Amino acid sequence: MGDIILEARGLTRDFLGFVAVNGVDLSVRAGTIHALIGPNGAGKTTCFNLLTKFLPPSKGSIHFNGRDITAMKPAAVARLGLVRSFQISAVFGHLSALENVRVALQRQRGGSYDFWRSERVLQQFDARAMQLLEDVGLADHAGTEAALLPYGRKRALEIATTLALEPKMLLLDEPTAGMAHEDVDRIVQLIRRVRVGRTILMVEHNLSVVEGLCDTITVLTRGRVLAQGDYATVSKNPEVIAAYLGSADA
Amino acid sequence: MFGFSRSQSIGFVIMLALIATSPFVLYPVFLMKVLCVALFACAFNLLIGYVGLMSFGHAAFYGMGGYLTAHAAKEWGLTPELSILVGGAVGAVLGLLFAWLAIRRQGLYFAMITLALAQMVYFFCLEAPFTGGENGIQQVPRGNLFGIIPLGSDMNMYWTVAGIFIIGFLLLHRVVYSPFGQVLKAIRENEPRAISLGYRTDDYKQIAFVLSATLAGIAGGTKALVFGIATLTDVNFTTSGDVVLITLLGGLGTIFGPVVGALVVVSMENYLAQFGSWVTVTQGAIFVVCVLLFRRGVIGELGGLLKLSL
Ligand SMILES: Nc1ncnc2c1ncn2[C@@H]1O[C@H](COP(=O)(O)OP(=O)(O)O)[C@@H](O)[C@H]1O
Ligand SMILES: [Mg+2]
Repeated sequence: MGDIILEARGLTRDFLGFVAVNGVDLSVRAGTIHALIGPNGAGKTTCFNLLTKFLPPSKGSIHFNGRDITAMKPAAVARLGLVRSFQISAVFGHLSALENVRVALQRQRGGSYDFWRSERVLQQFDARAMQLLEDVGLADHAGTEAALLPYGRKRALEIATTLALEPKMLLLDEPTAGMAHEDVDRIVQLIRRVRVGRTILMVEHNLSVVEGLCDTITVLTRGRVLAQGDYATVSKNPEVIAAYLGSADA
Repeated sequence: MFGFSRSQSIGFVIMLALIATSPFVLYPVFLMKVLCVALFACAFNLLIGYVGLMSFGHAAFYGMGGYLTAHAAKEWGLTPELSILVGGAVGAVLGLLFAWLAIRRQGLYFAMITLALAQMVYFFCLEAPFTGGENGIQQVPRGNLFGIIPLGSDMNMYWTVAGIFIIGFLLLHRVVYSPFGQVLKAIRENEPRAISLGYRTDDYKQIAFVLSATLAGIAGGTKALVFGIATLTDVNFTTSGDVVLITLLGGLGTIFGPVVGALVVVSMENYLAQFGSWVTVTQGAIFVVCVLLFRRGVIGELGGLLKLSL
């Protein structure tokens, strides 16, 4: 296993006095799949927002790939290769699946400010976009408006769009939430395939998914880290059983 | 051609044919007003229709474009094309300033800030000596296009206005269907997602805003030359409201919608003028009916019906 790729120290964020994330230390090793679990309202999504700079932390520092990113803008963080997904599926609804992926590809290749050129230049990305859609099983839906895709396929499209950026690290916020069984399986397969050469930090409620997929687990409750380690260790921790496994719906 | 889809090409050819033939049937000054307002609405539509930004301050660019074009033509003696470019430049500068102050705000806050800034521009125009206060800048000479072609005749002026409109229309169309436009649409659909893909979305919105304000300034400047007058009306907030109405009526996010909306509203103003203050009431009533009947605007509904992107 590699070095630490993402490290947060004393990460804290309060909303008008309510401390949603409270002194979280988190180290994610390169090449691993790291799960962030915890009951609803524990602060997992807020953590993601802090790590990707969608929210400024009240306190603490974040280092990614050896760089201090604490003061960076979210778009700049994404450009460094730390790309997130959202808890609620985030696709560009009125663009086709192919166009969704192309939006990511065109960012990477440049020329996106060219307002005087025909969008036909974007056709150079079609082949790569189709490849990515095939990888997630969406080749037959390339021309479909993203808003019209079923939920599971939207999530797959999101992952294809994210992968188009060839990110070093992915942050996935509940990628399988609200999905039927076969869709969950498909996403799990997909994550297994795309992890090669990448690091993944994911929020996941489905503990069987976590068990099968993740190398390290961090448990969060009320904004604090309760336990950390591999599945066997964490699942035996009495505090975790009491605070999380005992109370949560998962 | 110009990246039009087939249905849009057909629409464009029809529009060109109407522009070419209508001055032989209808009053050219009326048509010129339609074209100026249409260009203004197309510029506005770039923001609301393709970026999802609701500006309530576009009268500032349109009205100030008018004042500066009038001033340039009358006081500096510039040729009409240069005067209109001055109007566009003032739109651009104001647009940059507005965007700089408002772009980081979302939704209603963005709209409120643009409205507040436009009101400041209005009060500036009311007080500043060069605008002529309540009288406006009157007797603005149309001059000679490129110093050669006299625009005093309505037909010469009409072809000039038509040319400006078509160039502006094509430019906006190109922006919408460019790599840049694709990012604008992504921002409209889901801004956080666009950011998470690494786009500095504020920059894109800012550029779109300046482009829109520039074309609004050009539209206002052109109108000032057509009528030989620049007044407070065009910089008033009601003008900002009218352009919202026109765009909604025609169909926001469609390339022909604002043009159709402009035709409908300017015609209404023209033919209802005889009923005095009932214009506004009638207009309001027609607007309500249209919005209830065609929720996506006239062109939006038509496009939906024919399953075409217009
Ligand atoms: N923007 C915000 N303003 C105020 N409170 C917030 C905000 N975002 C999250 N919270 C609060 O922070 C807590 C943690 O939320 P969240 O991170 O979404 O939890 P999780 O993802 O673990 O379910 C919740 O109590 C939530 O209400
Ligand atoms: Mg959450």
